[in-house]
Amino acid sequence: MNWGTLYTQLTGVNRHSTSLGKIWLSVLFIFRVSVLVVAAETVWSDEQADFVCNTLQPGCENVCYDHFFPISHVRLWCLQLIFASTPPLLVAMYVAHRRHEDKRGILCASRSRAKQEEDLESLRKRRLPITGALWWVYAASLLFRLLFEAVFMYALYAIYDGVWLPRLVRCEEVPCPNEVDCFVSRPTEKTVFTVFMAAASGACMVLNVAELAYLVAKAATRGPARRGVRKGQADYAAKDKGLLQMMRNETLMASSSSVSSACKAV
Amino acid sequence: MPITTVHVNRYYLEPRMNWASFYAVISGVNRHSTGIGRVWLSVLFIFRLLVLVVAAESVWGDEKAHFTCNTQQPGCNSVCYDHFFPISHIRLWALQLIMVSSPALLVAMHVAHRRHLDKKLYRRTGRGSPKELEQLKLQKMKITGALWWTYIISLLFRVLFESAFMYLFYRIYPGYKMFRLVKCDSYPCPNTVDCFVSRPTEKTVFTVFMLAVSGVCILLNITEVVFLVARATSQHLNNSKDSPLGAWITQKLFSY
Repeated sequence: MNWGTLYTQLTGVNRHSTSLGKIWLSVLFIFRVSVLVVAAETVWSDEQADFVCNTLQPGCENVCYDHFFPISHVRLWCLQLIFASTPPLLVAMYVAHRRHEDKRGILCASRSRAKQEEDLESLRKRRLPITGALWWVYAASLLFRLLFEAVFMYALYAIYDGVWLPRLVRCEEVPCPNEVDCFVSRPTEKTVFTVFMAAASGACMVLNVAELAYLVAKAATRGPARRGVRKGQADYAAKDKGLLQMMRNETLMASSSSVSSACKAV
Repeated sequence: MPITTVHVNRYYLEPRMNWASFYAVISGVNRHSTGIGRVWLSVLFIFRLLVLVVAAESVWGDEKAHFTCNTQQPGCNSVCYDHFFPISHIRLWALQLIMVSSPALLVAMHVAHRRHLDKKLYRRTGRGSPKELEQLKLQKMKITGALWWTYIISLLFRVLFESAFMYLFYRIYPGYKMFRLVKCDSYPCPNTVDCFVSRPTEKTVFTVFMLAVSGVCILLNITEVVFLVARATSQHLNNSKDSPLGAWITQKLFSY
C-alpha cells in the first residue's frame, strides 16, 4: 500500500485547492493515513491468528471468524481513503488539460522565443482561479468525496453494528459442534481506534461541507460583482481568456501559410 | 539444505516510510521557530520518535504473543490481555506524537498564508521578478503580530495535548511500573489465574524514559511561551513612546 505515491499526487492538487481543501488534505494524511499505517495496521495484524474459539473442531475458528468479520476494518478504511482521495485527482486532470491548452496557445503565437519562455514559466507557476468550468469540476469532486465518505461510514456501521467490538461472540456455524464461545483479540484497543477513525472521517466530512458552502457563497457573491468594473478573480479569468484571444489574433494577422494545422485548432 | 521462503514483512517498511514523510513535513516548520522550538523539535525526533521506532516497537512487539496465562482454557489469554492492556503503550505514544506535532502545522499554514500575501504585495509594487520571489521564499519570517498569536496558541495546544496524554497514561496504567504477574478472573477463565507479562523490566525502563522525555518537552514548551511573552513585553517597553500601554507599564515599573 503505497501511501507515499498518493501523498505526492495529492500535494500536487493542493496548489489549486482553497484553504479549506488544504486543511482537509492535512487532516486526511496526519490523522487518518498516518494513524492507519503507524498504529491501526499493527493492532489488527493478529486479528485472525488470535481469534480463538472454545473448541478443537477443525475449521470452526475459520468459519466463525469469517462470519463475524466479513471484511476487516483496516481494509474498509484503506478503501475509504482511496475513494475519498480520488476526486481531487479529477481536479488535477482538468487543471492539466487546461494548462495543456494554454501552453499550445502560447507556443502557437508568433512571439519571440524569450517571451514564449517567460509566458510558459508564468503559466506553470500560476494558480488557476476557481471559476467557470473548474468551479463545477471542483464542486463535483467535493460532492463525490462526501458521498464516498458517507457510504463507507454507513457500511462500517451496518456490518459491525456500531463502533464497539465485543470481547466474546457466540458462534454456531457448521462445522462447530454446538454454540461455541469465540474470543476476539484486543477488542478494547480496536474500539478506541474505530472511534478515532470515525471521528476523523466526520471531521473530514464537515470540512468538505464547509468548503462546498464557501465555494457556493463565493460564486453567488461573484455573480453580481462581475457586472461592475472591479479588480477580482473574475477579471483575472477574463484577462486569461483575453491574453489567449490576443495571441490568437496575432497568429491570424501573421501570414496564414506559416501557421501549422495544430495551431489552427486553438 | 531446505529451501525456506522469505516473508518480507512490509509492515516494518511502511511505518518507517510514513514517519519519514511526517518528519519532512514537521521539520519544514523548523525554520520559523525560535531557538527553543528547534531544541524541542530535536528532542521530539531523537529521543521520542527514533526511540519509539527503533527500540520500543521491538520491546512491545511480542506483547500479546508472549502474554501467557496459567490455564489451557481457550480465550482466557485474550480476555485477560484485553482486560489489563486496553490500549498498548506503543499506540498511545504514537498517537501522542501525532497529536503533539499537529499544532506546528497551524504555524506552517499561517506562514504560507503570509508568504502568499507578501508575494501579492511584491507583484503589485513591481518587484515580481522570479529572483526576488525566490528570495522571499528563503527569508525567515519574524514572529510578530498575528503570527505571534498563532505560535503561542500552537504552543499552548502542544502543552495541553502532552498533559492530556500523560494524564491518560496515568489513568490507564496507574504507576509506571510494569508487573511481572497479574491475576485475572474474567470469563472464560475457570478461576483466578496467574498471567505473566512479557519483558516487564525492559518495558518499565522505556516507559520511564518516554515519560521523562515528555516532561522535558512540556518544560521546553512552557519556557518557549515565557520567552516569547517576555520578548513581546520588552519590545512594547522599548517602543513605549509609541504605545500608551508601554508608557504606562514603564511608568509603573520605574516608579518604585
